[in-house]
Amino acid sequence: MVMFWVALLAISILIYLLLDGFDLGVGMLFGLAKNEKDRNEMLHTVAPVWDGNETWLVVAGVILWGAFPAAYSILLSAFYIPVIVMLLGLILRGVAFEFRNKALASRWVWDLSFSGGSLAASFMQGVMVGGLVEGLQFTNGEYSGGALGWLSGFSVLCGIGLCLGYTLLGACWLVRKSEGSVRATARRQIPVLAIAVLVFLVVVFAHALIENLPILQRWTERPYLFVFPAIGAAAALVLATSILRHDDYWPFHMVATIFVTAFGTLALSFWPYMIPSVITIEEAAAPHSSLAFMFWGEGLFVFPLMLLYIVIGYRVFRGKVGPMTDHY
Amino acid sequence: MDATALLLSRLQFAFTISFHIIFPSFTIGLAAWLTVLEAMHMRTGRQVYRTLFEFWLKIFGVAFGMGVVSGVVMGFQFGTNWSVLAKMSGPIQGPLLSYETFTAFMLEASFFGILIFGRSRVPPWFYLFSTAMVALGTTLSAFWIMTNNSWMQAPVGYVLQNGQFVPDDWVAILFNRVVWVRFPHMLIASYLTGAFCVAATGAWFLLRRTYHAEARVMLRMGLSLAAVLIPVQLFIGHLVGDYVHDYQPAKFAAIEARWHDEQPAAEVLIAIPDPSTESNKYAISIPVLGSIIGSMSLTSKEVGLTSFPPQDRPPVIIPFFTFRIMVGCGLVMLGLAWLGTYLSFKHRIERNRLLLWGIFLSFPLPWIAILTGWYTAEVGRQPWSVYGVLRTADAVTPFLTASAAMTTLILFVLVYAFIFSFGTYYIYRLLRAGPAGIPTTEPGEAAPNRPMSMADQSSVAARSYISAGE
Ligand code: HDD
Ligand code: HEM
Ligand code: HEM
Repeated sequence: MVMFWVALLAISILIYLLLDGFDLGVGMLFGLAKNEKDRNEMLHTVAPVWDGNETWLVVAGVILWGAFPAAYSILLSAFYIPVIVMLLGLILRGVAFEFRNKALASRWVWDLSFSGGSLAASFMQGVMVGGLVEGLQFTNGEYSGGALGWLSGFSVLCGIGLCLGYTLLGACWLVRKSEGSVRATARRQIPVLAIAVLVFLVVVFAHALIENLPILQRWTERPYLFVFPAIGAAAALVLATSILRHDDYWPFHMVATIFVTAFGTLALSFWPYMIPSVITIEEAAAPHSSLAFMFWGEGLFVFPLMLLYIVIGYRVFRGKVGPMTDHY
Repeated sequence: MDATALLLSRLQFAFTISFHIIFPSFTIGLAAWLTVLEAMHMRTGRQVYRTLFEFWLKIFGVAFGMGVVSGVVMGFQFGTNWSVLAKMSGPIQGPLLSYETFTAFMLEASFFGILIFGRSRVPPWFYLFSTAMVALGTTLSAFWIMTNNSWMQAPVGYVLQNGQFVPDDWVAILFNRVVWVRFPHMLIASYLTGAFCVAATGAWFLLRRTYHAEARVMLRMGLSLAAVLIPVQLFIGHLVGDYVHDYQPAKFAAIEARWHDEQPAAEVLIAIPDPSTESNKYAISIPVLGSIIGSMSLTSKEVGLTSFPPQDRPPVIIPFFTFRIMVGCGLVMLGLAWLGTYLSFKHRIERNRLLLWGIFLSFPLPWIAILTGWYTAEVGRQPWSVYGVLRTADAVTPFLTASAAMTTLILFVLVYAFIFSFGTYYIYRLLRAGPAGIPTTEPGEAAPNRPMSMADQSSVAARSYISAGE
């Protein structure tokens, strides 16, 4: 049971990273778009699916609460400020979808709130991952790091890194879903972003070596973990060639693969901890009666349905969006 | 943790949830109404249903978007501000909220995209199906969240082990009497919100002498639904009161402003309760009625607040007044709905401008009733977070500082005030523009590979209306 829910938690977080990752990324790129026509088209590549994407954050959150209440309560309270800033960012970008087209003179407000909110949310997610990897301060099992305990050079670096990663994913999504000037711009952005992400990964790795972060020991203990970076590197090569060939389809899938391997690497290096060196998966788990109740209904039957919804959603809105005629 | 962090957390929760509930109560009702409209259009082919559908869909889109983003906040606040509660009750509240997410949120969120953008891309039956799935999702959502809150109001089916509430009887948690009176009470409250907003819009159009055909349909459908639902709601409200009487005697005494045990008990209709003297000023009360309402008896003894130790007593003033405001709103709505339905079937309502004004101005009533109802329930639950077992003061995140809590509370107030003012303004403008100028494309007419945005069309409509009218 516990293993089932860890797996489902990991899958949900991964789905969230990939799906909301690209629409947050589009949100950040949106801030760079030059004209109204492009902005409109960019928005339309994500408008029908963003709500479903964001709901995977809620899915991950409630699995964490239901199946690992101790971890949920520690993580959210320790990351109090980043969590709330992330939520506010998600609010500001979420309402922009509906508000932007209703606004007449104040459209720029919602343009700003769309890209600014996306940026704030992505940055804070990265900061939290960074804080977690670096380790929070605990005394006797209670968080004792204070309101800003998560803030460090490393966590800020991770925040920037995740923003870059999401933007890369977003750019690949735009290439896949659009034509004309939006696609052309995104094609120019991809190499820059890809190199930036690469640099970021190298810097993180170097930092880990210098600081000798506890996580690094997992790597020396379990060399087979290097399979993940290897796949990631292969994907990066395919990405590079597909960009050179001006392919619209492959870049997105390759960047997604890189995300999967990066996520897998990180997740496995946490094992068996849920919060590194503080609480293990077994310790955080809810009692059997809770896990079983969740398993026999939502785990077994509803979860596959949720995957089906994704398939339906993306099938209905498949294909290129096409240049939007300007109504205004 | 200091006392102010507790107070600020309570304020923050109360503020964010009050903001959130405004939208669900509207979208639950509206989603059901949209499903009805789409089905009626498919059956009868009458254009007026289609026009109304497109019109309300735009408003639904804005309200739903605000409901979603404010809801995501709620799902995480248990952990941020109430970490002890989150850890202790996680084994019960967590699975309930996860069922809500899996069965309801995913359904709504996935089909919402099709509802707004997909009409030209899916067959008509599938579009109707998507509408119905959104409506189903909102209803399921209300069920799970009411189960969740009802467990906090009247905890059942658990044992306390290693500092956690461990569930040992899920059937009791899901199928107890408290859930099954509170869930209908909330659901009907939401349908009433939808019904009154629709009727009020109809009345407004008639007052402005525009959109006659649509206005009449809205007025009649909204009013007659309300006329049927309100009596049911008042009866269920009585059953809700019964559970409070049996499970939470201190809250019941606070609602009734009954300070001392009485036998038989009087019913205080209105008064100003004074906690310092533990008595009521300017009370108007009816003898014996208190026993009848509480226990259906002429002689029963009813408990007063002073029978509880001071640290276990809820505040009195808030539950006392909010309860009366809720009931008052219900009674006013009953009058409006019955009179309005009668006159509209007699075809006399359009000449009665006074009544039209009354119906138009009544649209906030269901919201007021919902908010005051929740204040009765939640403030009356104090000082407990999980009734009788976990105090609110012990549920809060122990290391939360007042400055952190104050910062986030201010941020929430600022951001919510900002989006709320724009949101209501946009909704107002959509409503004001009316259904005019919405090109209702049949499937296939629109460019097949391009998502049609309701939103784009609406701003055209809003704009042309403004330039023509202002
Ligand atoms: C009776 C109804 C009701 C009540 C009391 C609440 N909600 Fe709610 N909530 C809904 C009815 C609803 C809904 C109708 O399902 C919403 C509103 C609009 C919408 O899009 O879905 C929603 C949205 C919504 C979402 C976003 C779903 C998504 O991502 O699509 C979350 C996470 C929550 N809610 C969580 C909560 C929590 C934790 C609550 C209590 C503390 C709460 N809601 C009270
Ligand atoms: C005679 C009329 C009514 C009575 C006797 C009544 C009774 C009650 C009581 C006793 C509560 C507190 C429940 C608790 O503590 O858990 C309550 C809550 C509530 N009421 Fe009413 N009510 C009435 C009318 C209405 C109307 C007309 C509406 C809305 C349109 C409404 C909406 C609510 C809501 C949303 C709650 C909070 C949810 C809950 O606790 O169930 N009520 N009601
Ligand atoms: C949507 C309608 C709701 C409204 C308007 C509402 C209102 C409030 C208010 C006013 C408070 C502060 C009470 C005080 O501290 O004096 C509060 C606290 C709280 N409510 Fe609600 N509530 C609603 C629904 C819910 C639901 C559905 C849940 C749980 C699933 C919930 C859980 C809580 C919690 C955890 C607190 C924190 C403090 C405590 O435990 O007492 N509320 N709410």
